[in-house]
Amino acid sequence: MTNENTALNTKINSGRLNSHEDLNALRQQIIDKHDPTKLEVLVCHGTGCIANGSMEVSETFKKICETSGIDVKIKPNIKTTGCQGFCSRGPLVLINPQGIFYQRVKPKDVEEIIQKTIINNEPVERLLYKDPKTGEPIKTENEIPFYNLQERIVLHNIGKIDPTDINDKIAAGGYQALAKALTTMTPKDVVTEITKSGLRGRGGAGFPTGRKWQGALKAVDKKGGPVYVVVNGDEGDPGAFMDCAIMEGDPHAVLEGLILGAYALGSNNGYLYIRAEYPLAVKHLEMAMAQARELGLLGENILNSGFSFDARINRGAGAFVCGESTALFTSIEGKAGTPRPKYVRSVEEGLWGRPTVLNNVETWANVPLIIDKGADWYSKLGVLNNTGTKVFCLVGKVNNVGLVEVPMGTPLSKIVEDIGGGVPNGKPFKAVQTGGPSGGCIPYKLKDLAVDFDSLTKAGAMMGSGAMIVMDDRDCVVDVALYFLRFLEEESCGKCIPCRLGLSRMKEILDTFSHGKGSEKDIDDLISLAKAIQDGALCALGTSAPNPCLTTIKFFKEEYLAHINEQRCPAGVCKDLITYSIDPDACTGCGSCARHCPQNCISGEKKKVHVIDTQNCIRCGICMDTCKFDAVQVN
Amino acid sequence: MNSQVEVIDEILECYPEKPEYLIFLLQDIQSAYGYISPESMQAVSDYAGVPITQVYSVATFYQSFRLEPKGEHELRVCLGTACYLKGGQRIVEELERKLNIKAGETTEDMIYTLDTVNCVGACALSPVMMVDDKYETNLTAGKVNKILKNIETE
Repeated sequence: MTNENTALNTKINSGRLNSHEDLNALRQQIIDKHDPTKLEVLVCHGTGCIANGSMEVSETFKKICETSGIDVKIKPNIKTTGCQGFCSRGPLVLINPQGIFYQRVKPKDVEEIIQKTIINNEPVERLLYKDPKTGEPIKTENEIPFYNLQERIVLHNIGKIDPTDINDKIAAGGYQALAKALTTMTPKDVVTEITKSGLRGRGGAGFPTGRKWQGALKAVDKKGGPVYVVVNGDEGDPGAFMDCAIMEGDPHAVLEGLILGAYALGSNNGYLYIRAEYPLAVKHLEMAMAQARELGLLGENILNSGFSFDARINRGAGAFVCGESTALFTSIEGKAGTPRPKYVRSVEEGLWGRPTVLNNVETWANVPLIIDKGADWYSKLGVLNNTGTKVFCLVGKVNNVGLVEVPMGTPLSKIVEDIGGGVPNGKPFKAVQTGGPSGGCIPYKLKDLAVDFDSLTKAGAMMGSGAMIVMDDRDCVVDVALYFLRFLEEESCGKCIPCRLGLSRMKEILDTFSHGKGSEKDIDDLISLAKAIQDGALCALGTSAPNPCLTTIKFFKEEYLAHINEQRCPAGVCKDLITYSIDPDACTGCGSCARHCPQNCISGEKKKVHVIDTQNCIRCGICMDTCKFDAVQVN
Repeated sequence: MNSQVEVIDEILECYPEKPEYLIFLLQDIQSAYGYISPESMQAVSDYAGVPITQVYSVATFYQSFRLEPKGEHELRVCLGTACYLKGGQRIVEELERKLNIKAGETTEDMIYTLDTVNCVGACALSPVMMVDDKYETNLTAGKVNKILKNIETE
């Protein structure tokens, strides 16, 4: 990812920064260099947009601007950014300073954008977002409900800055909090400020960050240093990419938070543990660390304050359990990442047996905001005991898939229906799974539930890291519970018996339900086994594993009973309980289903209604996928 | 081209001789060769000063390590929750039928390795699979066949 303006920025001679004044001077220099009359083209290079071809879009912008003889004065700065958030509309292009928002931009559209918007200052109407209710085009990002109903503070810079260029971050106010802390605050002040803000860990359990830091300080008092600070970037929930987006889109925010934490705790060594599947996050953080070192913001004697700190990246190797604190430490130590019992807390005996503070990516990214703007400002966001905002990944059967940041305590319906635009088929959502495999399934009837740590836990779900998976009436809760159990059984490290054997047995019982077998007593057994696992498992992977199953039983028991007593899957998902047929009124006889059927069990003459031989059908669903006329039905 | 031994030596020299670098070493060897051979496991064991059994334990504990060579093309079907709900499992089954292997296996002609992954972060385009480093999005069974045909005619 290289940018036009990187070349320009490298001309800014900064060298090592030795004070807050040096940082401010550099910031002013960068801002002064920026020509305010120049337009900026921001092309989203988040994973979703890249998968949708946004790299070709940014390349085309660069190529046309280089070769078309466009006037130097109006030649825009072309930037590639982290995830802009509205993933289902990608590839996204934002034109600043007007804030014109273009969606689903293809390379062939670039020429027109340059001609109309860059040269003649007119919008390209067909690429604008249309209000789903009125059909009216909406010109700027700020007017789109998906964005203006959010409160983006952690995501504020993501999608606006070039994550590979520290100058862009410094111009946006990066490292101001660090400079402020190093020059005007004692380490104790920093801990007090974080404690006062009410910040709680964004990784899942919501433990108060300030209290964790105080615990580590007490341990250091008792046994002396060193103490370690660690970033948990092992985001493993399937269907969650918030931390990935933060690390890719604003790596300096995470780094600045980590350095602040190190200063507060008197740590000189830190680690960033990043999931194996996030190579771009690793790359951007490596670049960020190298650039910060060069400016004297990381390493020896930071900003000439006498405080030294450096950090190293550990890439994960593909184990979900390594998101658990003690397993993560074991993995950093170079071993198989299995957790250990928690009667000794990690703040006392963590990495290498030393006091250690491990916080999640989003938690660290909140730290500079709190130090910069103050705990009072922060604690006004959100609700009592659940301050600040939370970033969610809104995915599944919802119109507006993407990254969403809202104050804690926002009602579920606002997130799914107002920001998310509801379910594609227009019906109310059936349930929302929060917190991934460790979370729970919240039914539509609880749509007004406040989304914060305490309310979700009370409902039997869990905040988790922030995945929010929307389900509609075509999703079967038994199948979903089974999916998560299969996932967790595979990811269980096998060290403790409740998790290793308990999850397998839970899966077996659920599996019988999906085949229409089992009895109501099995549901009771399932619940009692789940309780045993919650009580007995060694780590949070095990203790939270029964949540999806328990909440689906709690809220959707009738659906379980339909499987067991009537051998019926109301959502039409469980293979043994459904049959496929072809609607004679809708079938055009195109023959597509018959050609694709792996069993060759669909027959019919050309242009005549086709029929499925249900005896030989393996219910793979391919006919339904391939039919363009929605003629294949599930019964 | 350098021999495997020389390349492994080069990788080893990038890191201090300490057990904590075991995972780093295995990751680098795998990205150079696509898998970790018994010989390289022994070399890592000698260098980092950990018993070979522990190297094996680490190499088999983490999903990203392979102990067998992979095929020319790697098909990784996403089974993150969003992809699963939108039919990712059907895509896996279709590929298993077409390639006549199970997920996690490599075809006999060493052309395809089929794997599943837990979320690649492209949930808006589900179901998704990665063909080597390229994303294939909004998959259907029909699309899968076209993708395989395209690879074959390349």
